[in-house]
Amino acid sequence: MTLSTMLSTMAGGMLKTCGIFVLTLVGSLPLGMIVALLRRSRFTVIRGIVRVYISVIRGTPLMLQLLVWYFGPFYLFHWSIRGWRFPALILGFILNYAAYFAEIYRGGIESIPAGQYEAAQVLGYSKTQTFMRIILPQVIKRIMPSVTNEVITLVKDTSLAFTLAYQEVFSLAKQISASQTSFMPFVIAGVFYFVANYAVEFAMERIEKALNYYR
Amino acid sequence: MIVEMNNIRKRFDKLEVIKNISFGVDSGEVVSIIGPSGSGKSTLLRCATFLETIDGGEILYMGEKAAYTDESGKAVYVHQHELHHFRSYCGLVFQQFNLFPHYSVLKNLTDAQIKVQHRTRDEAEETAMELLGKMGIADKAQAYPYQLSGGQQQRVAIARALAMKPKILFFDEPTSALDPELTGEVLKVIRQLAEEKMTMVVVTHEMPFAKAVSNRVLFMDGGVIVEQGDPKEVFDDPKEERTRQFLRVFER
Repeated sequence: MTLSTMLSTMAGGMLKTCGIFVLTLVGSLPLGMIVALLRRSRFTVIRGIVRVYISVIRGTPLMLQLLVWYFGPFYLFHWSIRGWRFPALILGFILNYAAYFAEIYRGGIESIPAGQYEAAQVLGYSKTQTFMRIILPQVIKRIMPSVTNEVITLVKDTSLAFTLAYQEVFSLAKQISASQTSFMPFVIAGVFYFVANYAVEFAMERIEKALNYYR
Repeated sequence: MIVEMNNIRKRFDKLEVIKNISFGVDSGEVVSIIGPSGSGKSTLLRCATFLETIDGGEILYMGEKAAYTDESGKAVYVHQHELHHFRSYCGLVFQQFNLFPHYSVLKNLTDAQIKVQHRTRDEAEETAMELLGKMGIADKAQAYPYQLSGGQQQRVAIARALAMKPKILFFDEPTSALDPELTGEVLKVIRQLAEEKMTMVVVTHEMPFAKAVSNRVLFMDGGVIVEQGDPKEVFDDPKEERTRQFLRVFER
């Protein structure tokens, strides 16, 4: 197999990796905010449930969670899991990353001084306005470094999709390497992950700079 | 009366911070509140501006009840949307300014006008620029709070509060977080507002300022008003021993 056929075979996997990455972010970034807000709910029961969710997600391997989401419906309810592979994968990733993002958001929200809420309240802003206009923009600026970290981890974590035999770039690299007895697929995969993360760093740095207009 | 607070009680857990305080402020009046730290001055302002809820007593703005005590002796507040209306009567200037760091000076002044009071942008900006001019910082309209000195930030905060056109403005130790050389510019602005007959209540440790500017001085200690009256009388001839003791600390 020539290098170019190897590359073109793996290109499909790269696209699938990007798919997992984008869908996970699109789902988990907003969901994490909802989880963070529920984590601060005034109802003890809701706070408790969310706390358990975050604790379980952080306390177990993502690989295991993916297997549970994929095979769980079959073993628990004897449902057919045909066509469930990709949805289970994305569900597992989103629920996992939402928990981590939620904790980052919560840290950010709690770091905003009480005086900001008080000033907004005295000026007559509603609770929603206070959060959306005053608190959230400041939270986003503060949490950018932690979010960057998490996003970079996600790029690499997409490789865990191989547990569900999903043909993303890492699964393909393993297969091609085994069938062609070549080390090259791993190099290609490595370069791909590195370049992807370089792009992530670049983009996040731009965003952080754009938010540097105030302190 | 702009504001009337009757038999106010407030406790934090076991600690009774305000013990049955009553006071009112007439239109155009400037009242200074002095007293040692922990005497309940700030808490009183925070109750008046609805940042804290009272445990007993009543609060009236323009003769309308915002909070009262029911038969069981518990303090009851009017409903949320009515409270919103009462909030628009009062402004508060904080010790720590509490400007919104992500908004320019101009937006700090216009945002609430537009989003809360639904004024047009042009109207809001006109009000804002006029106030910034009065505060002597019109040239800072496009700056961000971190680019300003403490004195400038506090003047922006005063302008922000005034932009909402409150009936009464409360100041919670407005110069306590400032370097000594910057207190003058803030006090000058408050003095100017007093000359324009703005109704104000100022918690302060600036005794010469309180004496010169206010129509009435309240001395608070231990959650009660120990003594109140004409500033010259309170400062030069205090009736209560506790007032005398407190003021002695400030003499030289």
